[in-house]
Amino acid sequence: MITLEKRPQPSRLWTAVTPLIAVALTMVMGGLLFAFLGADPFEAIRTIFWDPIFNPQFAGFTRPQLLVKAGPLILIAIGLSIGFRAGIWNIGAEGQYIMGAICGAGAGLALYPSESPLIFPMMIIAGGLGGWAWAMIPAVLKTRFGTNEILVSLMLVYVAENILASVASGLLRNPEGMGFPGSRNFKQWDAAHNAEIITGTGMHWGVVFAFIAVIAAYVLMARHIQGFNIRLTGEAPRAARFSGVNPTRIVILCLGISGALAGFAGLFEVTGPAGQISIDFNSGYGFTAIIVAFLGRLNPVGILLAGLLMALTYIGGELAQLMLGVPGASIQLFQGMLLFFLLATDVFTNYRLRFGRAEVA
Amino acid sequence: MNRRTLLTTAALALSLGAPAFAESHEPVTAGFIYVGPIGDGGWTYEHDKGRLAVEAEYGDKVKTIYQESVPEGADAERAITQMALSGADIIFTTSFGYMDPTIAVAEKFPDVKFEHATGYKRADNVSIYSARFYEGRAIQGHIAGKMTKSNKIGYIASFPIPEVIRGINSAYLHAKKVNPDVEFSIVWAYTWFDPAKEADAARALIENGADVILQHTDSTAPQAAAQEAGNVITFGQASDMGEYAPLPRVSSIIDDWAPYYIQQVGKVMDGTWESTDTWDGIGPGMVGIGEISDAVPADVKEEALAMKDAIAAGEYHPFTGPINKQDGSVWLADGETAADGDLLGMDFYVEGLTGEIPN
Repeated sequence: MITLEKRPQPSRLWTAVTPLIAVALTMVMGGLLFAFLGADPFEAIRTIFWDPIFNPQFAGFTRPQLLVKAGPLILIAIGLSIGFRAGIWNIGAEGQYIMGAICGAGAGLALYPSESPLIFPMMIIAGGLGGWAWAMIPAVLKTRFGTNEILVSLMLVYVAENILASVASGLLRNPEGMGFPGSRNFKQWDAAHNAEIITGTGMHWGVVFAFIAVIAAYVLMARHIQGFNIRLTGEAPRAARFSGVNPTRIVILCLGISGALAGFAGLFEVTGPAGQISIDFNSGYGFTAIIVAFLGRLNPVGILLAGLLMALTYIGGELAQLMLGVPGASIQLFQGMLLFFLLATDVFTNYRLRFGRAEVA
Repeated sequence: MNRRTLLTTAALALSLGAPAFAESHEPVTAGFIYVGPIGDGGWTYEHDKGRLAVEAEYGDKVKTIYQESVPEGADAERAITQMALSGADIIFTTSFGYMDPTIAVAEKFPDVKFEHATGYKRADNVSIYSARFYEGRAIQGHIAGKMTKSNKIGYIASFPIPEVIRGINSAYLHAKKVNPDVEFSIVWAYTWFDPAKEADAARALIENGADVILQHTDSTAPQAAAQEAGNVITFGQASDMGEYAPLPRVSSIIDDWAPYYIQQVGKVMDGTWESTDTWDGIGPGMVGIGEISDAVPADVKEEALAMKDAIAAGEYHPFTGPINKQDGSVWLADGETAADGDLLGMDFYVEGLTGEIPN
């Protein structure tokens, strides 16, 4: 008989090796999947994990793209992880991301075609405020009326999507766009364009903000008293209350941080890689970031690596579709496998396998 | 043999080798960027049929690659760039939302040809192409107006862009012509492909009494919803959707991209490709009318086919005056036909339609 036995302490060894085991298992199972689809499994795995970084034909372009793709994921996931540590479940980062983009882009477009150097900083602030304000709705409802922030924040995503569709075909529509929906393109407006800081590196202001957020979150959670309060609220809410932590303030703080960071991500995306507000501008970063946060074990450095890994599977997956002709759904399945194995092997961090009869206590 | 002759022999060998290289020249690579999955049964499915037709036409001389379900946003630019990097000679980007990304990538790859569907921005290496779907909508409107018993026609619209508005206007004008009591209810789904949303929209319209459902979205979910409800007729969109014939699907508008794709890839092969603006309809075969099923009375079917022939021959334009705008102002005088420019930027309903175009 095989039983799972809880470890007295989470195993440090297993914490370190489970991601590697998960990646190895994904490669084996994913390889089988691709073999069944008629592709060479070794080539498929190499295309996904190796080619985006080292293939001479693509890497010059895809390596910087890893940062472009990972930037918003990391920025949003860092914000979410702080709340998750406190047991505050903001599932609506996608909505905050959209509202950040709309507010930031709207604030900028109101001043079109000004070339003032203050435009872009002003847009960043407006974007952060937009995401923050959208996150304050579930925060205030929770602290005032005790509503569930999971439901409220999630439902607000759909509200935000409809606002996006509305402004893209109305308020923010490009007046020179021949009646088609979509705002002006920020790439053609230098003062508001979130361009690469150094050409060819993929490094735009959103990526810089993501790195700053990683460091700031690390300092907050490891060194600052508020970080301690946040962790305490998550791990032992009663103890936190007894030691004088104000739960209302923690809710407002956590939802506020995650909303503002999602808002920043939206603003940097709309002024940079996406270029314009369009009806379906959001492409699921807010939801994928939840996965990135857990993949990174809610740890800032872990999230940094997890964000890069997710970006790698996205871009590698695209290359595999292109070069090997495998269907898009198989790539999603492959990403799903990776997450499944990561969470499945994670069991061994807290539990160990015991063979033989379970001892009678 | 001294060094000089050695070099000449080498040069000779090279020059002899050259034609052999030319003959085994790598096949032309045609790439396709799709907005939905190739199995959507509608828009993307038809584009992919066009891709397969290119393969069938040119065999070994062509290689095709594609990427499906590419979101219209930041990801599109990367997907198109990667396709250009992988060595594609011509890239078809098959959705309106790829317009700016296509132009941006085309600037970086002047030697690659780009073809963008349903947009309006061109460049030296970017052609645009679209189909006059409104011609098919006129025939649909005619059949719908004749067949509705409740005089209520439901319309599932996707996004408020000129192409969709044109379709609504064309269908309405021709339904109204044969049935002055007809009313249109329009639902904006804000998606091209979302079976759940489309089915909800269809059910809501049917519950409100509509017995004809027209759709400008790509899935077969509205067909299934109509079949479930019974006594409701539908039309296939983008693809024939023949699996729902003879009822609820009584006919369809089929996008046939194959002839255009074969022609454009051929032009890349023989080096005659130029940036062009193509807007073809029933006549050249870019818009097809799927078989009108037996559920449609014979006289209605005959009239519909006659209209189809008239449009194909260029004898009849679906937008022929007198037509007023929704606010009552005159758009087209008696006998006047719509200019392409007006149609391309259409942002108004014609007189008689209720509701507003969302913005």
